[in-house]
Amino acid sequence: MTDLQHDPQHDNLPAINDSVSDPGLPAHLWRPTDVDPRLEKRAERQVASLFVLSMVCAVLFLVSYFALKVGDNPTVFLGSGASNVALGLSFGGALLFIGIGVIQWARKLMDDHEIIEMRHPAASPPEDREATLAALSQGTEESGIARRPLIRNTLLGSVTILLAPVVVLLRDLGPLPGDKLESTVWTQGMRVVRDVVGTPIRAADLEIGDLVNAEPEIIFAVDEEGEHVLEGVELQVAKSKAAVILLRMDPDDNTPGPGRENWSVDGILCYSKICTHVGCPISLNERKTHHLLCPCHQSTFDLADAAKVVFGPAARPLPQLPLAVDADGYLVAQSDFTEPVGPSYWGRDSG
Amino acid sequence: MRLLNRSAGRLSRHRRRPFVGLVLMVLGLLLTGGLYSAFAPAQAETTASDTELVEQGRELFLVGCAYCHGQNGEGNLTVNGANIGPPLAGVGAAAVDFQVGTGRMPLAQPGAQGATKPTTYDDAEIEAMAAFVASLAPGPAVPAEADYSLAGLSETEREEAIQRGGQIFLTNCTACHNYAGKGGAMPRGGAAPNLSNTTPEHIYEALLTGPGNMPSFSGGNLNPDEKRDVIAYLTSLRELPKYGGFELGGLGPVVEGLFAWVVGIGGLVGFAIWIAAHTTRTTKQKGEAA
Amino acid sequence: MSVDTSKVATSNSSAAIAKKPSKAGAAANWADERLGIATLAKKNLRKVFPDHWSFMLGEIALWSFVVLLLSGVFLTLWYVPSMGEVTYNGSYDQLRGIEMSEAYASSLKLSFDVRGGLLLRQMHHWAAMLFIASMFIHLLRVYFTGAHRKPRELNWVIGCLLLILGMLEGFTGYSLPDDLLSGTGIRSADGFMKSIPVVGTYVSFFLFGGEFPGESIIPRLYTIHVLLIPGLLLGLIAAHMLLLVYHKHTQWPGPGRTEQNVVGFPMLPVYAAKAGGFFFIVFGLATVMGGILTINPVWLYGPYDPSKVTAGSQPDWYMGMPDGALRIMPGLETHLFGYTLPWNVFLPIIVLPGVLFTILLVLPFIEAWITGDKRNHHLLERPRNAPSRTAFMVSLMTLYGLLWAAAGNDIIAIKLHLSINQITYFMRGAVFVGPVIAFILTRRWCISLQRSDNETLLHGYETGVLMRSPEGGYTERHLPIAQESAYTLTVRDRDPVDDDVTTTVDANGVQGPSGPLDGLRRRLRTLMYADNIQAPTRDELTEAHHHADHEHELAAAMEGRPADGHQFDGKHELEGEPLRKD
Repeated sequence: MTDLQHDPQHDNLPAINDSVSDPGLPAHLWRPTDVDPRLEKRAERQVASLFVLSMVCAVLFLVSYFALKVGDNPTVFLGSGASNVALGLSFGGALLFIGIGVIQWARKLMDDHEIIEMRHPAASPPEDREATLAALSQGTEESGIARRPLIRNTLLGSVTILLAPVVVLLRDLGPLPGDKLESTVWTQGMRVVRDVVGTPIRAADLEIGDLVNAEPEIIFAVDEEGEHVLEGVELQVAKSKAAVILLRMDPDDNTPGPGRENWSVDGILCYSKICTHVGCPISLNERKTHHLLCPCHQSTFDLADAAKVVFGPAARPLPQLPLAVDADGYLVAQSDFTEPVGPSYWGRDSG
Repeated sequence: MRLLNRSAGRLSRHRRRPFVGLVLMVLGLLLTGGLYSAFAPAQAETTASDTELVEQGRELFLVGCAYCHGQNGEGNLTVNGANIGPPLAGVGAAAVDFQVGTGRMPLAQPGAQGATKPTTYDDAEIEAMAAFVASLAPGPAVPAEADYSLAGLSETEREEAIQRGGQIFLTNCTACHNYAGKGGAMPRGGAAPNLSNTTPEHIYEALLTGPGNMPSFSGGNLNPDEKRDVIAYLTSLRELPKYGGFELGGLGPVVEGLFAWVVGIGGLVGFAIWIAAHTTRTTKQKGEAA
Repeated sequence: MSVDTSKVATSNSSAAIAKKPSKAGAAANWADERLGIATLAKKNLRKVFPDHWSFMLGEIALWSFVVLLLSGVFLTLWYVPSMGEVTYNGSYDQLRGIEMSEAYASSLKLSFDVRGGLLLRQMHHWAAMLFIASMFIHLLRVYFTGAHRKPRELNWVIGCLLLILGMLEGFTGYSLPDDLLSGTGIRSADGFMKSIPVVGTYVSFFLFGGEFPGESIIPRLYTIHVLLIPGLLLGLIAAHMLLLVYHKHTQWPGPGRTEQNVVGFPMLPVYAAKAGGFFFIVFGLATVMGGILTINPVWLYGPYDPSKVTAGSQPDWYMGMPDGALRIMPGLETHLFGYTLPWNVFLPIIVLPGVLFTILLVLPFIEAWITGDKRNHHLLERPRNAPSRTAFMVSLMTLYGLLWAAAGNDIIAIKLHLSINQITYFMRGAVFVGPVIAFILTRRWCISLQRSDNETLLHGYETGVLMRSPEGGYTERHLPIAQESAYTLTVRDRDPVDDDVTTTVDANGVQGPSGPLDGLRRRLRTLMYADNIQAPTRDELTEAHHHADHEHELAAAMEGRPADGHQFDGKHELEGEPLRKD
């Protein structure tokens, strides 16, 4: 390296240009407020009135706090939540006026002579460095760490192994993934129901162009005592994987994937609603093109062509749920999804 | 002082306010008077039979729509098989009322999506054209006000309808139309429109017919009550006070980021420039003046 | 040259304390007898800070952090970090009776039932956006002016860590209300984690306490948001400030301002007033924004539900860069031996931010390696005087900006009536081409500005006074600039000339030791300085001025004649000088 040949203090870089000599700090010029007592008084009053304005704002804040209602029956001013706007403006004003006042004080009235401070090098003086090094080596020497490798090595070993309990302590943060990502709550014969309302869907009721945001029946199911079968975490986990979209298109428009010829019912197709990119639920459907767009990152899937990716960052088609009709004419699943739903992960193809 | 309205809040209270009744009465009177003056000279026409209405609609259709949709609404194909105008048999009166009533039809220019504009036809003409198209094949009818209004429900039922409608809206609609119904982008330059000013009737018709690229929400998808609830939720948002101040378009974090940079950082840098700026100087010396 | 500092304004009389110990003096005595703070205070109370608006950008970050701490503490008094389900029964009609997490219900309570709760929530969110934005512009100021050079490299590193911690802090906070948008954000984060090869699924399961969404993520993010990261931020901010005080602030070069001194206003009273006042202004502006500008209206998003999503799902602005990269990344995925490697997620969201951040972190060290410069730098460099450095940061900014814009592609599409597909295709190319174009343009622009400076130095400034020669030709009169300005323009580093750069042979003709990277380093060094314009030397200046004097002599013949315009050169009194003598 080139710079190794040079003393760091005298490297090959030329110093600062000195083609014009430093004229030195310019003479101090006074401000109008320094030389004219009238102006000085005026600035003083100005600053004081800013502080008074701040006080007024603080009082207004108190008034708004108690006078304007929130909650059930909020006060509305010009269509806005009056409490928030009034509290924000008055408190903000109280703060801003103090700030402006103090700065105005500094700018107009405080002494404004620039003063000079000399810098010191960031490095310590050489003698300090030497003293430190000496102290260090003396300390090391007295500890005997260099002379007693047995102690040194066992200490290093014990500190290193201490990491293991620390890491292991975190083990119970969560269970191991296992094959949890590979299945959903869909089972053979489970009805497809409308999301939110939970009603089953009769195949004949859907018209071409309908898009239904649907869920498996178990999401809304209740047992004999009227308790939900799935609740809390279980429900959320089930929903986050099992949500589907159902759409009916002209059967002639659809090109079923290989082996999926009997997965649809009269042009009614069912796909996972969970994007294969990073897992946003997708339901932006274009009725005419049968394209489904993800609002998070714009992956677009062609639902008439086995949900293949036609645009955007997703790499895999949406998993399809095989559909059938039960004895009452309601849509049911033939089985669970045949592949894991949602975003890709390392062990996805291993099962 | 009505500007400072202290009794907004619960939806039901909006409707209970005394002045609402007054406004409604005045509106009703105006509407009655207006309708009377509009229709009085043409009384014969308003009682026209369905056949006459269909015939009148057919004439309007031939002039305004047939170029693309064909003389009998059979649609029109270009040489390469693309639709110029889709066939209209079975789209129903609701589709006509929506497309013409929002100004989307007649189309200003060919493209992925018809834009809304001031309507070209008056209500009677739209009704006639709708009657004509409905006569081609059965399809969804123009909804009656009772279909999308909460009138006749008790206060609790109304609140429940709005809450249910909100959940249905967030599940079925927000993906395209955004959480506040402000609209969003669709592939290849398409857009889901802003619903803030769409009339309840038109929203209902859009749900029924699925205009353009919008999926339809037929009776088998969302039942009439569910559609009504969605509309009730959307209208309730319009009455909602802007709790936090200006809404910044209701488009989410992109606009918020823009404001943080322009208003926030812009303002603070402005203050910083003022703080560090040199104050005015004078050539006078201290003690010289005064 | 030295300024008499004893001249203090009459309004600031400290003499009273010396005469008779006041109460404050007594308190100071009491404290000093126990803490010995006088020695420390003696040095620092009148510590000098140079005055320039761009030196206050970091201060915006500091004060917004204080606003965040204050408003954040307020929010914790009501916020419940729990994913336990409750049925909402608060003031907001549209959601009454809906099942939701306690976290979301308490966010609604803060927004609707606590007076000032919505204000503080919005202030907290606005201040968070300002905090990170101001760190960014502070970073840019430091880099563009060369303040990251020795001895301040470590403070640069601390600043970078503050930036990344700030963004993590923002993201964890964005997730806490558990509304639809924040839930969508967490869900994407789950997808990001799962994309990491080998360990991804484990990371996700350990963080979420099982499968997404689980019931642990909100309480865990809460601990990270209110305890872990703020603690780290506080510590690093303290270190950042201590180093600032130790190194003393950099300053712009100018008459009397050298590498050896720092010229400005004393901490007490001027700087304390200005900085303290600025705190109130930052606080006040955040409050006004919280009062009148809606941010994150959680009630409209509704509670998080893994089957719902909204159009315009975006992260807060500072996460826009990786999100944009994610949007424009083509869908690449490798399936090999029963394993999946989702490049389409892993590259843009894990690798790219990591690489960009590492580049940022090591910038001062790379620059020092290329230039071989080991001197201390306390005088700032104008961006134009380091064209390659400036251009490099501008090209990084261009990359950042393009990716950032890509994250808003849907909003851009509806607002400008464009197609998201076309925007995406454009961005895919632009992120590669844009930074290169930006680099070249900026570099040449800087060099042109250097040329223009030299013009001014050598030939004076343009007076705007047109002279007509007896032959009828017109020229604009140039006048030499004041010595102060000339000094400010010339006092800068003289770049090493090409010969210094390319040779590894020292003065005695001995081949210097060469490492494997020497060639690269030499090429980079050439690029760093090539084409730069050096400030004129003393000789060049003298010659130019002789030349100018000669011209003035020629022009002197016209002095005193009407309408020659000399009276408007700024050096004469204009009183009683008519433009034309009738």
